[in-house]
Amino acid sequence: MTTLSLPAGRLPRHSVSRDDIVKRGLMVAISLYLILSLAAPLYVMLSKSMSVYRFDLTQFEFQVSDETATVWSEPRTAAALNAESSAVSADDLRAGSDSRLAATSFFADFSFRSPVRYRLRGTVDEASWLVGSTPGGGTEWQEFDSNTFRRIVLRPSSTFGLDNFTTYFATPSLSNSIRNSALMATISTVITISVAFALAYALNRSNMPFKGLVRLVTTIPILVPSLLPGIALIYLFGNQGLLKPLMMGYSIYGPIGIVIGSVFFTLPHAFLIISTALAVADGRHYEAAASLGSSKWRTFWVVTVPGARFGIISAMFVVFTLVITDFGLPKVIGGQYNMLAVDIYKQVIGQQNFEMGAVVSVILLLPAIIAFTVDRIIQRRQVALLSARSVPYAPRPSRGFDMLCLGWCLAVAIFLVGIIGICQFAALVKLWPYDMSLSLKNYAFDLMDGGGWASYGNSIKLGLLTAFFGTIVVFTGAYMVEKTQGFSAGRSAFHFLAMLPMAVPGMVLGLAYIFFFNDPSNPLNAIYGTMVILVVSTVTHFYTVSHLTALTALKQMDAEFEPVAASLKQPFHKLFFRVTVPVCLPAILDISIYLFVNAMTTVSAVVFLYSTDTQLASVAVLNMDDAGDIAPAAAMGMMIFYTNVAARLVHAGVSTLLLSRTQRWRAR
Amino acid sequence: MKSSTSIVIAALAAALSASAAFAETTLTVYTSVEAVDLDRYKQTFEAANPDIKIDWVRDSTGVMTAKLLAEKNNPQADVVWGVAATSLLLLKGENMLEPYSPVGVEKLDPKFVDSATPPSWVGMDAYVAALCYNTVEGEKLGLTPPTSWADLLKPEYKGHVIMPNPNSSGTGFLDVSAWIQMMGEEAAWAFMDGLHENIAAYTHSGSKPCKLAAAGETVIGVSFEFPGAKAKKDGAPIEIIFPTEGSGWEAEATAIIAGTANLEAARKLVDWSITKEANEMYNVGYAVVAYPGVAKPVEFLPEDVASKMIENDFEWAANNRAAILKEWAARYDGKSEPKT
Repeated sequence: MTTLSLPAGRLPRHSVSRDDIVKRGLMVAISLYLILSLAAPLYVMLSKSMSVYRFDLTQFEFQVSDETATVWSEPRTAAALNAESSAVSADDLRAGSDSRLAATSFFADFSFRSPVRYRLRGTVDEASWLVGSTPGGGTEWQEFDSNTFRRIVLRPSSTFGLDNFTTYFATPSLSNSIRNSALMATISTVITISVAFALAYALNRSNMPFKGLVRLVTTIPILVPSLLPGIALIYLFGNQGLLKPLMMGYSIYGPIGIVIGSVFFTLPHAFLIISTALAVADGRHYEAAASLGSSKWRTFWVVTVPGARFGIISAMFVVFTLVITDFGLPKVIGGQYNMLAVDIYKQVIGQQNFEMGAVVSVILLLPAIIAFTVDRIIQRRQVALLSARSVPYAPRPSRGFDMLCLGWCLAVAIFLVGIIGICQFAALVKLWPYDMSLSLKNYAFDLMDGGGWASYGNSIKLGLLTAFFGTIVVFTGAYMVEKTQGFSAGRSAFHFLAMLPMAVPGMVLGLAYIFFFNDPSNPLNAIYGTMVILVVSTVTHFYTVSHLTALTALKQMDAEFEPVAASLKQPFHKLFFRVTVPVCLPAILDISIYLFVNAMTTVSAVVFLYSTDTQLASVAVLNMDDAGDIAPAAAMGMMIFYTNVAARLVHAGVSTLLLSRTQRWRAR
Repeated sequence: MKSSTSIVIAALAAALSASAAFAETTLTVYTSVEAVDLDRYKQTFEAANPDIKIDWVRDSTGVMTAKLLAEKNNPQADVVWGVAATSLLLLKGENMLEPYSPVGVEKLDPKFVDSATPPSWVGMDAYVAALCYNTVEGEKLGLTPPTSWADLLKPEYKGHVIMPNPNSSGTGFLDVSAWIQMMGEEAAWAFMDGLHENIAAYTHSGSKPCKLAAAGETVIGVSFEFPGAKAKKDGAPIEIIFPTEGSGWEAEATAIIAGTANLEAARKLVDWSITKEANEMYNVGYAVVAYPGVAKPVEFLPEDVASKMIENDFEWAANNRAAILKEWAARYDGKSEPKT
């Protein structure tokens, strides 16, 4: 009855659904970006890891003449000959792309002086061999005298299979890296978490002075490439290091260096997470503990630690993943201690064995994915610690405890500043340790490997482009996923794609990009070797954290904005630019500075992707260190540091300025 | 105001048409020569060939080889100028090189020319394996400088020798391949077993051991002569030693990439790369060059570097490379770092 009395008109849903179509379209567009920049390359890499080179002995057929070179034997395949003599073992038939097998190995009585002549042909078109270094092949018989025949080597053919993995696990020098990487990551995690926890505890639960300064110092490691602590450790504890006696005869190259350096570069990440967890505490729990007569020690273990447990666990996974996937530090200081991420580099750059590089990549993906999954599950179980009735915990001043905390923070600060300081000092020394006078000669980057000063300019360009386009893509994506109604399957698929980059190590991403984009049949091939591919890889590599930052900011906005705007017949883009973006400006600025700083410092993803015109400062640090020009590497590393400090200052200035204009509503 | 603008425009137009009159070819040249030498080589070449411009793409030998192989089906380079001959043999095996007999190739020392006719690559100069010995650190530890490869096995050098890893460094591989060619397979592996006991670290790059010796990080760096001479020039207390048994070596070489759109210009570059003039240019840094009779002694290097070079069979080295590296990795790479 009532429905009939309603006047005919446009249904109110209509304009909303048009908006929704646009939103869904945008979400699909950004999903497509993530599929092309992440999922597809990873898939191609996976298939590459199963691309196998094998000597297929049935492909080659031989004939041998008698001494007079007139009577020829029956044609026999290499497989048949090998079955008889078993000259080549099954293990030796597994090959790499550059493996060669001497044709003479099937003829036990071969002599290059003999008048016997040999004929060779392929049984299939793909069969190929080299005469010395000249390629040969084909199914026609070809005749050689014995002196030429000795120069013939057979080439492997490519098929699909799991051989590469078999080879990997059968080669201790490769498979040992799994244990090494896991061990280093575990030890570094335990130490970093302990140090970070004590630091966060001191800053949140004491009344020590200089808290702001300490917080500032703890962010230093984020601003430098992970190669830099490695370089600093050489100058501190290397054979000509300032503090070498402290090593008591042990070498800094290897596990010790890897652990110390890892603690340095993972500390800020662990500290931020644990500090957030310790910042909120319910004072009533402590009062209850005190009134129950619990000792301080016991209170610490039954109240403080459990309260921060989610933060600690989350920090543990972050640190573990960072260490196991890091490439720069073990490259510089790892010595003979093989680690997975460095193995990828060694296989690809050193041996041009792309297939084995892909195998190591697949193996390196596993721990990262496991850590990521477990962390996700735990995050879901986290419950709110603070209820409306909570009383914020306020530490009581205690001179002794406060001084103890300050002392600890000072020790950590000296460690962090010392690492950076020694790099700057080494960069200015003329010829360490024989001529310690100061000079700027290590800044003459144009005379060294790595691309010179141009690479520094390229890095800044990459940083700015990544910050600009990355922020737009990430924030738009986060908005679409958070503020779209319905379409839940699409939204959760998008969310999964957005979380995935966190589990993909940079080296793996970089290698996957080679396979995917360097394929002439890929229409996106044009971006290979340009700045575009560097921007795309960097945005994708650091997508997840940016996405989460944007989501957090968007979740703080009332979900009523959209329906209200819709009922006022305002298109969503008006709401987006007039309300959402201004309100979320602090988060947007945070995302852009995060992307800029990481684009300046990242090495792992871009090391396979840069070209001569797009060399980067961080890669220059790597290449100069690799060539033994360690002081110039330190100098370039410090240039990155100062640039990031400057960027931070600009960010702080811009934030203050913009926030005073757009965020006035926050302070009512 | 207006007239000055039109003058500028007229000048620009004139400049544009003038440059169009010289039909210039730009060659994309992949190289691994030292970064310091790039500008000098480019300028000298372009002065002799004003109609051809060089666009360098430079990276270390390993990266360059990986890059070239990765671009196998989609080559980006016109010419490779200054990449290890062993790497070029790898490319030759993939049919990636355009055989060409450059004008005057018969004048070159035949060991610097590909064995096939027409040759797929022609050499420029050689880098020769050498030891960099830090005299200050050696004295502190009471060591005497080695004179031969065999000396490196002395127990007193334990933990004081650094050499490049042949699996990631071309220089490391030329050492290993030279030892096998000189000593025979069995003796060479026995030698390396002993050497491994003294090795403090295997580096990724070939020049790094010498630079580490120059910096006192190690006493003996197994490397080649070029970084040694450079470090000595910078004032590092090192001595460059050529072992008495002879040294492995590698040729830096030039080749045309098959399928280049600029074949004529590429041939001109290769022609020029083997001229006497070009070899004099290489001689500034390299003691041994492909053109006989050109080489003058290089500062800080002995006059007879060429006589230290062994007979090197590039073809053998290239075809046995995979097997040698596999064996090497199985023997030495799997072990953890030797205790110092």
